[in-house]
Amino acid sequence: MKRFFGFVKKEFQHIFRDVRTLVILFALPVVMIVLFGYVVTNELKDVRIGIWDRSGDQITRDAINKILSSGYFVLAGTLDHEEQIGSLFRSGNAKVVVIFEHGFEKKLMRENRAAVRLVTDASDANSAQLALNYLQGVLAGFFRSLNPDAGLPWEVEIRTRMFYNEEMKGVYMFVPGLMALIMMLISALMTSVTITREKEFGTMELLLASPLKPWEIILGKVTPYVLLSLVNAGSIILLGTLVFNVPVSGSLPLLILECLLYITLALSLGVLISTVAKTQQMAMVFSMLGLLLPTILLSGFIFPVDNMPGILRGLSTIMPARWFIVVVKNVMLKGTGFAFIWKESLILLGMTIFFIMAALRRFNVRLEK
Amino acid sequence: MTGSGEDIIAVRDLVKKFGSFVANDRLTFRVHRGEIFGFLGANGAGKTTAIKILCGLSYPTSGEIRVAGHDVYTGREKIKRRIGYMSQKFSLYEDLTVSENIRLYAGIYGLKRNYIQERETQLLESLGLRHIKNEYIRKIPLGWKQKLAFSVAIFHRPAIVFLDEPTGGVDPITRRQFWEMIHEAARDGITVFVTTHYMDEAEYCDRVSIMVEGRIEALDTPVLLKKQYHSANMNEVFIKLARKR
Repeated sequence: MKRFFGFVKKEFQHIFRDVRTLVILFALPVVMIVLFGYVVTNELKDVRIGIWDRSGDQITRDAINKILSSGYFVLAGTLDHEEQIGSLFRSGNAKVVVIFEHGFEKKLMRENRAAVRLVTDASDANSAQLALNYLQGVLAGFFRSLNPDAGLPWEVEIRTRMFYNEEMKGVYMFVPGLMALIMMLISALMTSVTITREKEFGTMELLLASPLKPWEIILGKVTPYVLLSLVNAGSIILLGTLVFNVPVSGSLPLLILECLLYITLALSLGVLISTVAKTQQMAMVFSMLGLLLPTILLSGFIFPVDNMPGILRGLSTIMPARWFIVVVKNVMLKGTGFAFIWKESLILLGMTIFFIMAALRRFNVRLEK
Repeated sequence: MTGSGEDIIAVRDLVKKFGSFVANDRLTFRVHRGEIFGFLGANGAGKTTAIKILCGLSYPTSGEIRVAGHDVYTGREKIKRRIGYMSQKFSLYEDLTVSENIRLYAGIYGLKRNYIQERETQLLESLGLRHIKNEYIRKIPLGWKQKLAFSVAIFHRPAIVFLDEPTGGVDPITRRQFWEMIHEAARDGITVFVTTHYMDEAEYCDRVSIMVEGRIEALDTPVLLKKQYHSANMNEVFIKLARKR
């Protein structure tokens, strides 16, 4: 046991003496979470809109003022007939056009409902969708303020309330995804690199010729990364809570346990990569292309799994991150217990066992050569 | 010649194949306790393959091999406690200090802390390296690294130390000094098993075996080998052996 601790201590020395490693370990998660939180998520500013006010009454004028003073939109121009919409979009001067129907105020008073048409330039679908959501949010807020009496059912109000959450959902989304990504990065990439480094420098041979058993060597090398990954998971949760108000609705011990499972999985992947890769660069390339990219693209972190074509959706089922993200979302955001995530947990556990077996097998095959 | 009870390595018909390529072809030899055994051959003759099998870093395809009294198939763990190993890269951790490297390896072999401290001081004193005790390995010259790697390999006083091309890339004077260290270790009772492709170094060994293309072509003391092949030095012996094939 003392031998083992000496070995783990040495691994920590490697980590704390290498500036690059430290940056990846501690600065990267913070930078990424801030980046995703403020830049990549659905922050909207100064979107150019056109307005066609066919009614021109007090309410529509107030609504327009409300939109333009929200800080999200600036006026690109006012329109007075249909064709101008197309020319406005083609010239690129506006992304959205807001159209109030004829006799807006009168209809609203008489029939309790009136229509606002929102037309967007959907060639940039994401930002168009985003602008729409914001517009609906602003309008909903405006109509609600017009009609504080909750007794009257305003159709817009009901719809917009749902959309109003859209912005917050974006922030909620990226915290689980980022956890999956960062833990995969640290656990798999860092361990595969640190193990291949020992091979490159020839120290692995010395260790293998020593009384340390192969599993002791591997365990000694991954133990520091388990601890550091847990620290990182904690700091992501903390940052999410403090800066972006992402709640931990469910049980924290359960969340940590699931993180530990996912970390173990990523570590065994890292060990597996190190048995294949001969150099640190190869290990890095394998981890980047084989793990990080698929984790980003196929896990549902950025692109929803439901929108993928069949083949990719099938591929996404072998992405550990996909299941982990579901687990984290459930525990963190929905506050569900183990009863609702046992299936995903079981899949993760199965994958972990598979990768550990594969890594051990590869390790032994290499010894026989 | 000493009896078989004194043999610390006994190898019979060791074969190692990689696919259809035969790296070691029925090697048979014995190494006596306390001797310096030179394992000679050109690059690619199969020296490193054989040394890795003896150290338990690789499995043989077939053959009977006993090291330090234990079978390599069943007694690997016991063998590993009794051997030291130094690779051709003088492997030490570049980002650890001289002292940290010594303590790390000593710790891996399960030595007690007080004992390690005492021996470390002695060692650094005798190597004249006390002033760089807290220097990172990447900052010290190759020659010092080589001496240190050797000292680390015999720090736990193994019965036998395996040196895989321990003098590659260093200048002749440093090589000379290094062989003095090897002789000192042998005087302390450590059997030395050393591979090299420098034929002049064979003269420093008690006995040498010469490998050509995976086989042991000759095995004797340098004096007798030179006599047998009517050569002035070991280099000639080697060239004659290589031509014979």
